[in-house]
Amino acid sequence: MAKSIDVSDLNIYYGDFLAVEDVTIPIAAKSVTAFIGPSGCGKSTFLRSLNRMHEVIRGARVEGKVLIDGQDLYGSDMDPVNVRRMIGMVFQRPNPFPTMSIYDNVLAGQKLNSKRMKKSESDDIVERSLRSAGLWAEVKDRLDRPGSGLSGGQQQRLCIARAISVEPEVLLMDEPCSALDPISTSVIEDLIHELKTQYTIVIVTHNMQQAARVSDETAFFNLSGVGKPGRLIEVGRTQSIFSNPQDPATEAYIQGRFG
Amino acid sequence: MTSTLDPRRKRSTVVRPGDRIFSGLSTSAGILILLVLAGVAAFLTIEGIPGITASPDEVKSGQSFLPYVWPLVYGTLLAATIALIISVPVAIGVALFISHYSPRKLGQVLGYLIDLLAAVPSVVYGLWGIGFLAPNMAPIYRWLEGNLGFIPFFAGPASATGRTIMTASVVLAVMILPIMTAICREIFLQTPRLHEEAALALGATRWEMARMAIFPYARSGIVSAAMLGLGRALGETLAVAMVLSVSAGTVTANLISSTNPSTIAANIALSFGEASGKTVNVLIASGLVLFVITFLVNFAARAIVDRRKDFSGAN
Repeated sequence: MAKSIDVSDLNIYYGDFLAVEDVTIPIAAKSVTAFIGPSGCGKSTFLRSLNRMHEVIRGARVEGKVLIDGQDLYGSDMDPVNVRRMIGMVFQRPNPFPTMSIYDNVLAGQKLNSKRMKKSESDDIVERSLRSAGLWAEVKDRLDRPGSGLSGGQQQRLCIARAISVEPEVLLMDEPCSALDPISTSVIEDLIHELKTQYTIVIVTHNMQQAARVSDETAFFNLSGVGKPGRLIEVGRTQSIFSNPQDPATEAYIQGRFG
Repeated sequence: MTSTLDPRRKRSTVVRPGDRIFSGLSTSAGILILLVLAGVAAFLTIEGIPGITASPDEVKSGQSFLPYVWPLVYGTLLAATIALIISVPVAIGVALFISHYSPRKLGQVLGYLIDLLAAVPSVVYGLWGIGFLAPNMAPIYRWLEGNLGFIPFFAGPASATGRTIMTASVVLAVMILPIMTAICREIFLQTPRLHEEAALALGATRWEMARMAIFPYARSGIVSAAMLGLGRALGETLAVAMVLSVSAGTVTANLISSTNPSTIAANIALSFGEASGKTVNVLIASGLVLFVITFLVNFAARAIVDRRKDFSGAN
């Protein structure tokens, strides 16, 4: 489990439009990497290219290389479906399946792998995943209730439980706290600290304090103007990015002068 | 200022004439629907009761009401059910193709063509059923009789003309396809992107995504679509009357022979012209039965949709 990611010279296009230009970034295993930057700078697009979710949009394609422990994510023998089973994702808004119970939500990914499981086995997976997501104590008595009946923060942790129940190599989080209140946010941030002992985590956030709190490495994305592609400006240890940024744009952004 | 805090005094709100007119209009429209429905029900009941109580020698068929109407009910339900069994999977498949698989342009053209099917008058479907479908189905029925004759549905003897209840059901299936496809397509398109992405991000293929996110979300819509289709199939008159070769009073599981039960609607259409006296009342009473069946079907659909309300995705 927990693999490193190596991205080199990645360009991401939607049709003819170049959305993200020339990103090269190494992401270490079992670390938390935060992507920060103003809206529209391509950080979410880049995140989604790490599990090929951007391909959901018609006309999306990439040039360049993404290696997961040396394995090319965009190699001709790679099925995006398998990529996504290996690299889990948590979205901006909590999205548990409304028609499924809490129990079935956690097992949704397992069902796709279509393994026949004994009841005791699936019970174990549900408990382990919900415990890792810090949700077990709150829902253990109502596993058969719909996931949509939970609060926003609980729903988001349910989504995290669903993502980690299949034991992915990497966990991508696209602004996981932006729809949550401060208390739920801090619960999820604590959770990220615990999860990084097992998973490689990449998180997009609009909240610079959050990046400073949860991440080991921080990458700053920016765009030079509307309609221009987003670029990776600088990446480094979170501490040094926040205390001693190399690029003036980074400094301006983290001091809140724009964005 | 204290008077506004007095709980006994109702706080007055501004009443605008526009609001009043509109609320009056919509209330009367709602009441009108109820009146029409009540009027139809009252007519069917009042005119139907003499038919239900009529003695066998007063009416043309020479039967009392229940033995007379039972084969018709059976034929109606059989034809509509088969039509639904054929049509629902096709409608879901086509709707899914249009909404999620086909290129957008192709989907639009296809959706338009399906809508056109709904505009074809039922007499044309009837002609198509007699002139094209029935003769072409006849060899299939012979094959079914020869090879699957041990199943009661295909026991034979196979109809030579092909004008069987099976053919009528296929015609009905084609007729109810457009409305069901249109509804399913709309519902499928409304599936929240969020849920689709949740499934895809777990590594679902497109078909798995459909099963995981789209179908559960669209479940109540699919049921409604099927019930609308069923309602039309139950009430369809002309196409069935034209296609089906009927033997009065038949109740059989055999789908491919030339002795078939008629349906209520087709029977009314075919018999009404030469009916008089109590026979008319009997036909109206059979219409009342159809009315009740349609009502029950709708209640059943509502019950199915409501049963798992918590999980509907609407909350």
